[in-house]
Amino acid sequence: MENPYLPIPVRIDKVTIETEDRNLKTFRFVYVNPADENRFQYKAGQFGELSVSGKGEIPIGIASSPTEKGFVMFTVNKVGLVSSALHDMVEGDVMGIRGPLGNWYPWETLEGKNVVIIGGGFAFTTLRSSIVMMLDPANRGKFKDIHVVYGARSPGMLLYRDELAAWEARDDINMHITVDSAKDQPDWKYNVGFVPAVTEAKAPKGDDDTYAIVCGPPVMIKFTQPVLDKLGYKHDHIIMSLENRMKCGIGMCGRCNIGKDFVCKDGPVFTLEQLNKMPKEY
Amino acid sequence: MRLLQLSHSDLTRGVEALRKAFRVEAPLPERDHFVFGPLPAGAALDLSAANTRLSAKSVIYPASEKMLRVSLDPAKEDHHVYREADKDYSPRAVLGIRPCDARAFTLVKPNFDNREYRDPYWVRSYECSTFVGLACKSPCSTCFCTSAGGGPFDTAGLDVLLAESGEGFIAQVLTEKGEALAAAAGWSAAAPEGAEAALSAMKAEADARIVSRIETEKIPGKTILSLFDAPFWDDAAFACINCGACTYLCPTCWCFDIQDEAHENEGVRMRNWDSCMFPLFTLHGSGHNPRPNKTARVRQRFMHKLKYYGDKYGGGIHCTGCGRCVTHCPVNIDIRRIASLMNGYEPDNACAL
Repeated sequence: MENPYLPIPVRIDKVTIETEDRNLKTFRFVYVNPADENRFQYKAGQFGELSVSGKGEIPIGIASSPTEKGFVMFTVNKVGLVSSALHDMVEGDVMGIRGPLGNWYPWETLEGKNVVIIGGGFAFTTLRSSIVMMLDPANRGKFKDIHVVYGARSPGMLLYRDELAAWEARDDINMHITVDSAKDQPDWKYNVGFVPAVTEAKAPKGDDDTYAIVCGPPVMIKFTQPVLDKLGYKHDHIIMSLENRMKCGIGMCGRCNIGKDFVCKDGPVFTLEQLNKMPKEY
Repeated sequence: MRLLQLSHSDLTRGVEALRKAFRVEAPLPERDHFVFGPLPAGAALDLSAANTRLSAKSVIYPASEKMLRVSLDPAKEDHHVYREADKDYSPRAVLGIRPCDARAFTLVKPNFDNREYRDPYWVRSYECSTFVGLACKSPCSTCFCTSAGGGPFDTAGLDVLLAESGEGFIAQVLTEKGEALAAAAGWSAAAPEGAEAALSAMKAEADARIVSRIETEKIPGKTILSLFDAPFWDDAAFACINCGACTYLCPTCWCFDIQDEAHENEGVRMRNWDSCMFPLFTLHGSGHNPRPNKTARVRQRFMHKLKYYGDKYGGGIHCTGCGRCVTHCPVNIDIRRIASLMNGYEPDNACAL
């Protein structure tokens, strides 16, 4: 019997410090046994459990895209015991990953549609996965217009800054990068303002062919939702990814439920229409 | 199904014979109560307990168990790579389990063994076990199994059910596993004519002795949000001290924590029973807690037992009516009372919605 708790051994291939506060690092993993890559076939929006041997596990969204082969990538905020131990690890170290876990953004539904990605802070990881996947030459034709509203406190707190700049230069994706404040950054050439305000100013109006994927801190979500309502997005066209404390990641340990649904197995992706019928325990 | 007749000495001799092919677990006396555990060599089977204080879930699903092991010694070839912990899944006979506790495993099964994932620890532990139940002829005043989907002679989850009768037992052999166990125990004497009728009469008498009920009939027709937002939760939770005794006693509570422990260069990944009564259970790394107070935690427990479970797995409640939480709650919170509040709740604006 396959043991869903047994991590796949991986080696840290590259560590990138993402933010100026050095609290967010991206870890690129390669498989100790290359054949294990076939066991980790994922879709954009799923997550994995990162396993630091002797310390424990943490559930983290997959930041790499399924179109990027030979490695898998996670961006981790330093918060507790496991993430702190992970931040102390270096290239070459061996650890484990479990997954892929959870559902994904509804790519089958999104084909042939306009996709508006709205992200804030460090909740941009599975959104990066989604953007890279959609921009892949094999996939770009499957989607109509792509808009991205992404904000952070300051320019130095944005994730994946080189990629953001590269996407800004393309004509097949509409980037709306913003920061809460750009003081002391006279070179800043993008937006200044909170994500909800930029969304209101730049995002396309809602219609049957336009879906929004929203991922960010609770305060951003709270103020973005009325904006999307105003823009005419129906609640089954607003897609969100949730987080709750997790252990098993496979719907067994019992702590991440919202009503009858487990965030780990039935989510983490839910439409706002689904969430409207669920208790607000997230 | 086959009916056998056992004398007390058949039972005693059978238990000794079973030890050759099975690990034997049974209720063991401990101070003023009983607890399930391996029957020590030479110890006789004691079936005098009305029930064990803790449920029999620990037989299949221990309160603490090793899942994985890992070496942190860089000199070892597979250092930092997790391996499965060594386990003993040789055949096990669970003797004297009450029908409520055996049925609990069937309620828990969809959590640990479903089409998406199989928990290898629970599944192997369950599958290597043969359950020999003991029918309840004298139920406790806190038993309400008959309104929770079971009964004092219920056979769900059992391979053999023993019912005391005259100078011995009538044994119902219910499954192939039960047949194999009966053969290993040397139990073969067919029950005398009329045993089936006697069994039916005993069952009817025992059923009638259970007068306590849990009311849940109307809960499936209500929405999760209407019950979640009902006004009675603060009052229902008022006395709760979030001690978690209910969840540890309960045969169906399955929640667990996963923790790594390391000593020098050896690490293990453990799983331990956890409880929705504890604030840490849902605390986010950010400090945010989606169930921040005891009302939210008490509501979670009863909503899970009486509403979420049935909605998710297609009916029924996640309770066998064993009554342990009723008996042992230090502040007298009673699932039957909470159930009747939920069952009887009609939101004032139900018509307007």
